[in-house]
Amino acid sequence: MLGLNNKDTSLFLVIIVLTILAPVLLNPFPTESTLAQFNAGYPDLMQKFVVFGIFAIGFNILFGLTGYLSFGHAAFLGVGSYSAVWIYKLFTYNVIPALILAVIVSGIFAVLIGYVSLRRSGIYFSILTLAFAQMSFALAYSVLSNPKFNLTNGETGLQIYANDLQLFHREGLPDFPHLFGLSMVSTYKLGVGPWEFQLNVAYYFCAIMMILAFYFAIRLFRSPFGMMLRAIKSNQQRLNYTGLNSRPYMLAAFVVSGMYAGLAGGLLAVTDPLAGAERMQWTASGEVVLMTILGGTGTLIGPVLGAGFIKYFENIFSKINDQVLHQWFTFLPDGIEDVLVAIVHPFIGKGWHLTLGILFMLVVIFLPGGLVEGGQRIARLLRRLSNRDKAADATNVSAE
Amino acid sequence: MSKNELTRRSMLKAGVAGLATPTVFAGAAWSFTNDPQGGAVTLGFNVPQTGPYADEGADELRAYELAVEHLNGGGDGGMINTFSSKTLDGTGILGQKVEFVTGDTQTKGDAARASAKSMIEKDNAIMITGGSSSSVAVAVQGLCQEAGIIFMAGLTHSNDTTGKDRKANGFRHFFNGYMSGAALAPVLANRYGTDRKAYHLTADYTWGWTQQESIANSTEALGWETINNVMTPLASTDFSAYIAPVLNSGADVLVLNHYGGNMVNSLTNAVQFGLRDKEVNGKNFEIVVPLYSRLMARGAGENVKGILGSTNWHWSLPDDGTRAFVQSFGTKYGFPPSQAAHTCYVQALLYADAVNRAGSFNPCAVVEALEGFEFDGLGNGPTLYRADDHQCFKDVLVVQGKENPTSEFDVLEVVEVTPRAQVEYPADHPMFGGAEASLGNCNPGA
Amino acid sequence: MDALLLQILNGLDKGSAYALIALGLTLIFGTLGVVNFAHGALFMIGAFCAVFIQGLLNLSYETIDETQKDFLGNPLKVKTPYLENWFGPETGGAIIDWAVPLAILFAIPVMIAVGVIMERGLIKHFYKRPHADQILVTFGLAIVLQEVIKYFYGANPIPTPAPSSLAGAFDFGVLFGFDPNAIIYPYWRMIYFVFAMSIIGAVFAFLQFTTFGMVVRAGMADRETVSMLGINIDKRFTMMFGIAAAVAGLAGVMYTPINPPNYHMGMDFLVLSFVVVVVGGMGSLPGAVLAGFLLGILESFASTTWATTTIPGINQVIIYVVAIIVLLTRPRGLMGRRGVMEE
Repeated sequence: MLGLNNKDTSLFLVIIVLTILAPVLLNPFPTESTLAQFNAGYPDLMQKFVVFGIFAIGFNILFGLTGYLSFGHAAFLGVGSYSAVWIYKLFTYNVIPALILAVIVSGIFAVLIGYVSLRRSGIYFSILTLAFAQMSFALAYSVLSNPKFNLTNGETGLQIYANDLQLFHREGLPDFPHLFGLSMVSTYKLGVGPWEFQLNVAYYFCAIMMILAFYFAIRLFRSPFGMMLRAIKSNQQRLNYTGLNSRPYMLAAFVVSGMYAGLAGGLLAVTDPLAGAERMQWTASGEVVLMTILGGTGTLIGPVLGAGFIKYFENIFSKINDQVLHQWFTFLPDGIEDVLVAIVHPFIGKGWHLTLGILFMLVVIFLPGGLVEGGQRIARLLRRLSNRDKAADATNVSAE
Repeated sequence: MSKNELTRRSMLKAGVAGLATPTVFAGAAWSFTNDPQGGAVTLGFNVPQTGPYADEGADELRAYELAVEHLNGGGDGGMINTFSSKTLDGTGILGQKVEFVTGDTQTKGDAARASAKSMIEKDNAIMITGGSSSSVAVAVQGLCQEAGIIFMAGLTHSNDTTGKDRKANGFRHFFNGYMSGAALAPVLANRYGTDRKAYHLTADYTWGWTQQESIANSTEALGWETINNVMTPLASTDFSAYIAPVLNSGADVLVLNHYGGNMVNSLTNAVQFGLRDKEVNGKNFEIVVPLYSRLMARGAGENVKGILGSTNWHWSLPDDGTRAFVQSFGTKYGFPPSQAAHTCYVQALLYADAVNRAGSFNPCAVVEALEGFEFDGLGNGPTLYRADDHQCFKDVLVVQGKENPTSEFDVLEVVEVTPRAQVEYPADHPMFGGAEASLGNCNPGA
Repeated sequence: MDALLLQILNGLDKGSAYALIALGLTLIFGTLGVVNFAHGALFMIGAFCAVFIQGLLNLSYETIDETQKDFLGNPLKVKTPYLENWFGPETGGAIIDWAVPLAILFAIPVMIAVGVIMERGLIKHFYKRPHADQILVTFGLAIVLQEVIKYFYGANPIPTPAPSSLAGAFDFGVLFGFDPNAIIYPYWRMIYFVFAMSIIGAVFAFLQFTTFGMVVRAGMADRETVSMLGINIDKRFTMMFGIAAAVAGLAGVMYTPINPPNYHMGMDFLVLSFVVVVVGGMGSLPGAVLAGFLLGILESFASTTWATTTIPGINQVIIYVVAIIVLLTRPRGLMGRRGVMEE
């Protein structure tokens, strides 16, 4: 289907189904239950899942296929956000032009940075990209936000004010990013028994974007261009000896990957019309590296899983506090309850970084291929179990 | 596998049924976002729990938990007893029990907004409060304006929060850079004379700039000369390269427009370079830290002794409100509250009282109740929540590092309480966005 | 001229911190081929060794002073360190005053132990794994180490002053005939520079003049051949990891009087020290030291008023600008070797 082989088609269909049903699947616990704390099915977090999913998919096109580790990809994310917000400020809240500009500008940025950085490989490339990104961050944070020439609004972040130009903004259109009048903020709350599911416009818009991005990534992975990139990863020198100039391919991969980041940055501005410089900091670049490695470098679905994993912990575990713990363990006798709370306490709330750090280590120690490998192992185990059942059935039959 | 599909299909069916029967469209059924249902109301406490300001955030959280306890009738009631408005009676807010959720701002705008959104979207929080930096305050305030939620700012000192970035749904109890300058300048002139030459080191971002501008303006008005202003990157950890040239520049005062970790390091470095032992222009060289935080000042150790600065509140104040709060907080946690804890506690009480007086949780009613509200008994003397920009006007404390501290909390001592009249300014002051700045309309959301 | 000299002094000082951390990173990378993102955390742990010793020396008993009140109005509990009780306020106070230098003695064994445990317990399993996995696992470890420190010591900086006899600053200017106050420099920063130089010298001497060092150098050049000669190279490399950790830790201990330590100080240094290592050339020890001092001095120059008014914001980006220029003109950094970390 759609030029995909069977395996990819089923993967693609699974992704589509999962993203469409996410508001339901991510809300497995009834709203009033004590476990509702673990529900992730609210608009903001689901938006973060898909947006950072796009960011990580794009990063994986560069890192997973070519092995070039960029430590400055957040710069493109930031540039995308700034471009989108400038469209809001100058012209219209409509998200389409904002996204188009975000992708174009980040693409141009990627051409410039990529052209220079790709002259080196290995860690030298990583440090070059890091240097460019940190320079962009410093520029956005203070230099380009001085009162005379305020492009980024510095620390506070670029946002929309009532006295902004907004040339094509008319009465009747929502005062929020919208798709031809359909406000991104509107949400259907769907009550089913004790559950409540939130179907949010911005989420579905971002989800469609991610499905498209994912489709494009599959095609790219399977294309001759993808093969070429893999060849660069396995042995760039040999490739050069055959007389092929690998640099244009690398640059193309770098730019595509940068445009993915720009799209993600633009989508962040779609869900929330604000752009801050911290999106460009090295920690943000490091985060996407972690997402990709954690999920499974070079796999199609891995980066999305990694992005979801990190964002889940950031948003869910940081919100658990001692009061919540006491609620969970109320059924236990007081003494045991206090002991349990004391044991769990360092890992939640202000200790969520600790939990994340430990999980990073556990995953990379026990699952060398990232979360994807974890999934594969479970699948293999299940298959073996069901085979054994079948085998057992067969022996039973023959015994009778 | 087939079992799974069945449940999914039945779920979908249920969903369709849900759509057919009266569906709840967020826009139709409620008059405002997150109207509390079922006898309890949820407040969102959004404070830094990781990153450099984690300790300040932890103190804010303690204050909030104390406030919730007092609002629900627990403990000794703290400042509820001294508060001039008497609507709070320990039965929660409007008779509803107060519950709360907590989140981590990470002192980053994006993370703070994500955390606030999850409180609004998932936990149905009716009000968001907290934070320990101005960028976070401005970012979350903007979000709350869009979402139709009240935002009671925590520690935020930049002029912008209630200046060019002011919002109808946002309120600030904490003081600001302009007030620091206005309060500090007379004390500085008094102590160090009016013919001083000041050298400014300024953190290179919005807060630093507004702070520097305020201090420079108010000291220049009293005769000081600003001979240099050097921007330092926020990420700096070592300030030696900025401090070394100061002595030879002809300046005899160094103003450190730094906060938090920056302040601790730049002050430590300045003392290291022996600046305070020197004489320039025939006068003793002096250092000034316009915004003090006791929690952070501890990090600078001995170096803060005798250094002047300003603060919103200090636990050693003698008034009844302060005494009641310190007693209540100290008994529960074993140490005195910080100014961050104080402003957060007060904000929670002010919100609860405003809802009670308005008789509704509707943000627009709350805004109306808070605008122009005059109160007393919350530790800062008579205070006004000005309607034009939602900034509190109250006395400002000028403090200095204590020479002989009796305990690890006894870092600062109050030098002067600058009366409110001296730190007031018009709402359309050019440092606060001028005539263009406007609150906009209150937004009740949904 | 005086301003120039002043910034060179500043740069040497900043450079010695960079050089020490970069040296350790390069040692680990050169011997074990591991990209160690937890190296900043080792620096931080070293600093907290000083905090720990200071706390230990300050262990106090409480007496109640009826004449003073605490913040709740109760009689004040006055703390007196045991040391002052045992040795009298004079001697006891002096011992407490020298907490940071004393912490060096404590930090050396602790840091070597931390390094060896880290290598044997974790890093060992990652030699054959891709660099990306090494980055992830050491980054995870760095977070865990940080959070453990934060759990016990909080997030705020903790003052750890230098001994009072070493506080204050020295007027260099007078020495060279400049006006008084033209070039002043704190004693402790000079000590830091001298200390860093001797550590660097000791590491080089150790590698150059001992048999152990010779074997390690041989192992760095060609690991397989050395192990085929029947030498247990693994054991020596483990020891080198311990030494690298100790170098980072000592850099941390001595840094505490310059800036009060906090739990995330390691991260602040981590990225910069990676830039330093790469600018110096992956795997080159002299390169790491050279680049450390070079970047330190350039950063100091870029912070001068003259520089920031000529090019606004240059102080924020100078290190990265230099990194880009160096890497584009010298493909493998200042002194890098061919074929190291280029895939």
